[in-house]
Amino acid sequence: MTTVAADARMLAREARRLRRTGALGASGWTAVIALAVLVAIALLAPVLAPQDPNAVDLSGAYQGSSAAHLLGTDASGRDLLSRLLMGSQTALVGPFLVVLVSTILGTLLALAAVWFGGWLDQAVVRVVDAVFAFPGLLLAILATALFGSGLTAAVAALSIAYIPYIARIVRSAALRERSLPYVAALRVQGVHGLWISLRHILPNVAGLIVANATLAFGFALMDLAGLSFIGLGVQPPTADWGAMVGTGMAGVLQQQPQEALYASALIVITVAAVNILGDRLTERSEARS
Amino acid sequence: MTALPSSSLLSVDGLTVRLPVAGEQRTVLKDVSFSLDAGRTLGLVGESGSGKSMTVRTIARLLPEGAEVTGGVAFDGAAVFDLRGEALRGYRARDVAMIFQDARAYTNPVRRIGDFLTEAMRTNERMPKAAADRRAVELLAKVGISDPERRMRQYPHELSGGLLQRVMIAAAVAARPRLILADEPTTALDVTTQAEVMGILQRMQREHGMAMLFITHDLELAGAVCDETIVLYAGQVMERQSSARLHRDPLHPYTAALVQARPDIERRAVRLPAIPGHPTTAYEAPAGCAFAPRCRFAEDRCREGVPPLLALEGDAETRCVRMPGLRGRMLQPEEVVL
Repeated sequence: MTTVAADARMLAREARRLRRTGALGASGWTAVIALAVLVAIALLAPVLAPQDPNAVDLSGAYQGSSAAHLLGTDASGRDLLSRLLMGSQTALVGPFLVVLVSTILGTLLALAAVWFGGWLDQAVVRVVDAVFAFPGLLLAILATALFGSGLTAAVAALSIAYIPYIARIVRSAALRERSLPYVAALRVQGVHGLWISLRHILPNVAGLIVANATLAFGFALMDLAGLSFIGLGVQPPTADWGAMVGTGMAGVLQQQPQEALYASALIVITVAAVNILGDRLTERSEARS
Repeated sequence: MTALPSSSLLSVDGLTVRLPVAGEQRTVLKDVSFSLDAGRTLGLVGESGSGKSMTVRTIARLLPEGAEVTGGVAFDGAAVFDLRGEALRGYRARDVAMIFQDARAYTNPVRRIGDFLTEAMRTNERMPKAAADRRAVELLAKVGISDPERRMRQYPHELSGGLLQRVMIAAAVAARPRLILADEPTTALDVTTQAEVMGILQRMQREHGMAMLFITHDLELAGAVCDETIVLYAGQVMERQSSARLHRDPLHPYTAALVQARPDIERRAVRLPAIPGHPTTAYEAPAGCAFAPRCRFAEDRCREGVPPLLALEGDAETRCVRMPGLRGRMLQPEEVVL
């Protein structure tokens, strides 16, 4: 019991140290390495994949591990390792696009609202709150119903759904930054508002934006995987982790859980790594402000 | 809102400012009027909360959102509160410059001194980087900073308060403005640095022929630096007269009390006389004269209605109803007067 308590105390002390100094710490660096490996895999997937991920071999369905198929095969006899490797591309590109678009648009919206203030700020706040009320996944389902299923519609819908998330955080940070005396000094020198917003306020809130974009990446990955799982995201036969969890469900009922298991494990690892890194980055931007 | 055409560089006419505080509009400046000619220096003195900073912030159009302004501010005949967009930016970029009390807070901590100095030149005058850098180095040398090339690459936290204030002065005179608004530029500095910085500021002012509105709570400094001094209390002008006479011949009991409350090298004081009570704001000010509750010369008529600004001989003004009868008697010990 005493060692457990001592361990807990040590962990708490370590957490406090990280919060104070803004260092990434062991967990943060582990997450960075895990993500670096995942990105490398996604980039090299076409080279690394031992076989064509879409080559069907119905007579070789649900094989276990073998020299030919290191992780076995799925219901259609496709090589699981190859599909998982190729799936990492859509798994990372989708959320990346969502985060890129929503962060850029959300940040610009927030900076404009903060600089001009008044009715524009109020309008942005109201619209953002209204969009916030819709769950991102629901919006994405609506979008796929309108524009057909596929990655593009899902990414576009989630991009819009994630704007409020970024815009709210950037707005509050930029509002604080704008009230600082140095901004008044720049204004009274006649420096243009656009310049002050982009060259002074934006860099000074950039840490927070990066931290929240990282966290948003995790959520976007989960949402996109969820959409693929219910068949509205990435369409077969393209390999995708979320879709593989979906198709793997049939295997689970037949005592063949490998496909769903491996794909879920990769999703969990990626999201966990992204969230840990996002938390560390948030603490870092707070420690430095 | 439209200002009357005037020969003065800056004329402030019946300026009243209300700010939203805790859900209501509170008066911070009440009927402030003065004018400043090109190349001259006008001092604004008063306690904290008397409206000194608010006056210069109004002139620089740096009021917080929701501020309500009546009366007019005219710069070179143009109404400052009619300026919009580019015209406002041009006014701030070319006509006025401001120096703040706490130079450290008024610089972006993550940008280099060089960036800070060249920013306005590059964005407003579209000066190429090399030319702007050269000019910034010249300016730093002019305000007495040694090794300006190295300073250009440093960050604000690497400079002392006095050095940083010199950088602020360099930035302020960079655009050759016609009016400098100096908001307690030396208050945060120690005494020797204060003298150096004041010297540089005055030299810059002379060389560029700039007018200066100088805020301070230091009567001695105002006397030494300014041609004319305005004493503010509770957001109102209490008196205005030439700085040279302010100490010897105060025109308002408040000024007299301030003069007496400071130590004098030629006078032995066991205890400095303090002004009883505490400074009030325009919002809390009583119905009559704002200073009446603390004034040892107050009479019943002082508490009835705000006294008007009374013109006295020698281009001076006072807001005391007992003037000029009280003139010359306010600095004498209490027993003699009462």
